[in-house]
Amino acid sequence: MQILNRRNFIKTAAAASALPLVGRAAFADEPLKVGYIYLGPVGDYGWTWAHEKGRKAMVEHFKGKVVADYVENVAEDASATPVIKDLAAQGHKLIFTTSFGYMDQTLEVAKAYPDAKFEHCTGYKHADNVATYNNRFHEGRAVQGTIAGHMSKTGVIGYLGSFKVPEVVMGVNSFALSAQAVNPNIKVKLIMIDSWFDPAKEAAAAETLANLGCDIIATHTDSPAALQVCEKKKLFGFGQGADMSRFAPHAHLTAIEDIWGPYYISRAQAVLDGSWKGGGDSWWGMKEGSVVISPYNKAVPANVVAAAEKVVAGYKDGSYDVFTGPIYDQAGAEKVKKGERMPLGTLAGIDWYVKGVQS
Amino acid sequence: MTLEFLIAALVTVVNVSTPILLAATGELVVEKSGTLNLGVEGMMLLGAIAGFAITYIAGDPQWSDSAPWLATLAPWLGVVAGAVAGMLGAMLFGVLALTLGANQVATGLALVIFGTGVSSLIGAAYVGLALTPFDQIFPDNLAQDPVLKLVFGYSPLVYFAFLMVGAVYWFLNRTRAGLVLRAVGENDVSARSIGYSVIGVRYAALAFGGAMSGIAGAYFSMVITPLWAEGMTAGRGWIALALVVFSGWRPGRLLGGAYFFGVFMTLELYAKASGFSFLPSQFWASMPYLMAIVVLALMSARESGGAEAPACLGKTFMPDA
Repeated sequence: MQILNRRNFIKTAAAASALPLVGRAAFADEPLKVGYIYLGPVGDYGWTWAHEKGRKAMVEHFKGKVVADYVENVAEDASATPVIKDLAAQGHKLIFTTSFGYMDQTLEVAKAYPDAKFEHCTGYKHADNVATYNNRFHEGRAVQGTIAGHMSKTGVIGYLGSFKVPEVVMGVNSFALSAQAVNPNIKVKLIMIDSWFDPAKEAAAAETLANLGCDIIATHTDSPAALQVCEKKKLFGFGQGADMSRFAPHAHLTAIEDIWGPYYISRAQAVLDGSWKGGGDSWWGMKEGSVVISPYNKAVPANVVAAAEKVVAGYKDGSYDVFTGPIYDQAGAEKVKKGERMPLGTLAGIDWYVKGVQS
Repeated sequence: MTLEFLIAALVTVVNVSTPILLAATGELVVEKSGTLNLGVEGMMLLGAIAGFAITYIAGDPQWSDSAPWLATLAPWLGVVAGAVAGMLGAMLFGVLALTLGANQVATGLALVIFGTGVSSLIGAAYVGLALTPFDQIFPDNLAQDPVLKLVFGYSPLVYFAFLMVGAVYWFLNRTRAGLVLRAVGENDVSARSIGYSVIGVRYAALAFGGAMSGIAGAYFSMVITPLWAEGMTAGRGWIALALVVFSGWRPGRLLGGAYFFGVFMTLELYAKASGFSFLPSQFWASMPYLMAIVVLALMSARESGGAEAPACLGKTFMPDA
């Protein structure tokens, strides 16, 4: 029997005419699918945990209009590309890639999926459907440096870094500059362990810094290991990404907390409204409430708390910026003139350390 | 560079080297019996979460109020739990590779993935919790003294590691049972024909190896950083495997090799902090492995080098009878 006969034709025409209705009904009900890829486990109690908190806050805010999935433990290499591609292929229209090392992979997938929207955290490359977002953690570092400058007895403070990327470099510089504002002769010893998360190596590096005379250690890595070493050696340290005082009740002076919820809510809302634009960079900070300082340890004297709070207030009303000149690099060259503020664009790509940092 | 500074650096070296030494000692016995168990990383993670979980539960105030001895006993229970967890992982490997005859390399790798996954699953409930470190057992005047702490300042597991290296050497070279184990590893068919149970000996060796790897893992979650974090061993299990080969399957050289690695891993950190930044940091991170290659090349240039592996290493033993 011929396929193309009258009966079949009527059947297919009837079915086809119903399609637009089906399509419209589905679109109206379908929630926005948002995807996340995380560097570490959500249980790292630091960087990834903070993003996960933000994701949960976003989902709760939209009450069903937005659903979000995440993939954790995604390595910062070529293996991230299929993961991002998979999320895009599954219909996630807004995808957050939450670490610097996903930069090129995000762009590659974004080219293949032009109607999905991508947001890369702490990166600097853009496209029509790729935006970047960052957090002004260095404002929190300025608070830490202020406290360290006041409280260090040896005049040597330590910084446990991960990779030499702008995000970490500006943290080191902010820490150093704010400590030097209190004690101009203070020295900052820096160790980069080439990993965001390696508790045993973080502990060994913290021991090394302590052995080299540091009595306050800030960390840019994702586990509380360094704080535990500080607690054991009766030194002081700071929490990273979350309040880590339960790991080191005496050593934990304060912590920088990343609050991603409001940002994620605003971006999902922008996609729902249709106002989302790629190609730009969002850089929130204390003023917007995405960087928060956790409660101070009892061991911090009242005048130091006051100094720290002054920094916070200064950032909130815009009157203070730790990257105000004169700023010299390690070789002694003047990089920022007296009274001028380093432009955010320069800061976003910074790759040199300030004077006083021993790396 | 004062003596105290040097001592403090050496203490760091010991802390870094001990877990690798523990796991490698266990793996040495396993490989001497002819089995190649690549699953060290998985067994370490199983041991890490088991040790942490049991120590945490046993140290919970609700128990110790009615049984204060439980609180002091808690870390020891944790170490035992770590050993048992590692052993269970090894037994799983044994059933697949020894009894069922599966390819040992593939089974070992599967054990790594299995151990990583199961430990993450169980560990999800333990994230964000902390223990008191299972640290010094000698009194403060010995353990905290800037010079004497080189000998007295460590966790019991460090002394245990030293003892086990000596015990393994004595066992392998001075006892009949050790001779049987070596025979099984060198020529399984002959050992079987004399009447020794090849599979049985290999299971026993696996149990020991699993226990040691489990304790090595517990060292991470109970001594170095008393918390649980997924994947917290960060590849040390692979270093332990390399170390066994690097040592030529000799316990004495294993001790030296573990500290060799530890020295270079610690040297990397000191170099970075002291301003040797004219060399990129990745160079320092790769130093331990580069040095291992250099030493291996030098060793195999000698006559006897290279022919030291147990002859039956990795070969499946499936008797016809």
